[in-house]
Amino acid sequence: MLAAIGAIIGRDLRLALRQGLDSLLAVVFFVLACVLFPFGVGPAPETLARIAAGVLWVAALLAALLSLERLFQADYEDGSLDLLALGPAPLPAIAAAKIAAHWLTTSVPLIAAAPVLALILNLPPAAFSSLVLALVLGTPTLSLIGGVGAALVLGARRGGVLLALLVLPLYIPVLIFGVAAVGASQIGLAVQPHLFMLAALLLVALVLAPWAAGAALRQALD
Amino acid sequence: MTVSSLAALPDQLPDARAVFAGRGLACERGGRRVFQGLSFTVCAGEALVLVGRNGSGKSSLLRLMAGLSRPAQGSLTWNAGDIADDSEAHHGRLHLIGHQDAIKPALTVNENLGFWARYRGAGPCASARIADALRAFALERLAELPARYLSQGQRRRLSLCRLLASPAQLWLLDEPRAGLDRAASTSLDAALAHHRAAGGIAVVVLHAEDHPPEARVLDFDAVKAGG
Repeated sequence: MLAAIGAIIGRDLRLALRQGLDSLLAVVFFVLACVLFPFGVGPAPETLARIAAGVLWVAALLAALLSLERLFQADYEDGSLDLLALGPAPLPAIAAAKIAAHWLTTSVPLIAAAPVLALILNLPPAAFSSLVLALVLGTPTLSLIGGVGAALVLGARRGGVLLALLVLPLYIPVLIFGVAAVGASQIGLAVQPHLFMLAALLLVALVLAPWAAGAALRQALD
Repeated sequence: MTVSSLAALPDQLPDARAVFAGRGLACERGGRRVFQGLSFTVCAGEALVLVGRNGSGKSSLLRLMAGLSRPAQGSLTWNAGDIADDSEAHHGRLHLIGHQDAIKPALTVNENLGFWARYRGAGPCASARIADALRAFALERLAELPARYLSQGQRRRLSLCRLLASPAQLWLLDEPRAGLDRAASTSLDAALAHHRAAGGIAVVVLHAEDHPPEARVLDFDAVKAGG
């Protein structure tokens, strides 16, 4: 079964590389959204520094959402999902593998771009490490929760809008602790408690989300 | 078609006395009863041909047989054991070739086939099997071509290659001849004959006139009238 999961992740990574548009789109959206803020709120350095963490997190969250709709859609439409379900991997494992590939192809580039954008938004360099750590712990949770949503809206018309409505409220805890981690390091407070909370959210999502997504895929296949 | 091009297929499948049967099956799609009271039995080495007009539920029956959906009534058994009790074992013993071909346009022919073979655990001799499978359906020259350049018939042939790239005892084929030229149709016949000789079972949706010799025929129009 591990070989089967590895095969799915390998195929999805290769597909993402060949048709790089989807993951590129997420990063470009992230960069543009962050760059727009200095124009909107004015270039005052202290204002930017104050909102930087929130802007970065909200933009990253929306960017991750952007490509989620296609997570299972392509496999559903071309019949691959049927064949995946008929293979040795159970549906929760298939969902987990596809979510892992999604995280690797969209969130990892976002995390890499985040420090550069933090510089533009005048985030103090001391907060960079906590920003990256918080994103590393928080974005997998976003992909996992989003994976459940993407499986639920499979086959629905205008699934993208429905997906945003379903998933965005569930992103709030990650957003709160992600921003708090960066904020704490900006004013010299302990960052660890917030990171632990993000890690706890990730563990809960890791345990529950693949099963929920697998159950939703079962519904879509029937 | 030479024997060597079917080298990927095993000469003897493990379960030589397998019996695949359905009793009193009913199927509902979108709240509408598609068929009911349908029963069938196929044994190792036999083929069951499904015929009937459009929308009579042939493809739905294939999905039931694959275990992708559950019957509204009745049961499907493999050697007297309900397939729902051990769906993982059932999935492992079948190939489904449906209308959708599950081909990724961005991957090459080789990568497309290789993924499904590896996913189903084709094992160490996977690349030899894949080469044999491509040769059996005359796709070996296109192995490195991205699948987006394939014609409809070539896509169909690539789907059929999955049958040969990893062994399975039960083949469920939904109109496998659609879009095939004469040569590919002959290759398919040879593969089916080899599969049945090795103790395999095939369930094929076909038009009434071109079914393989000595196959059982399940006529959906008759089922409807009777049920």
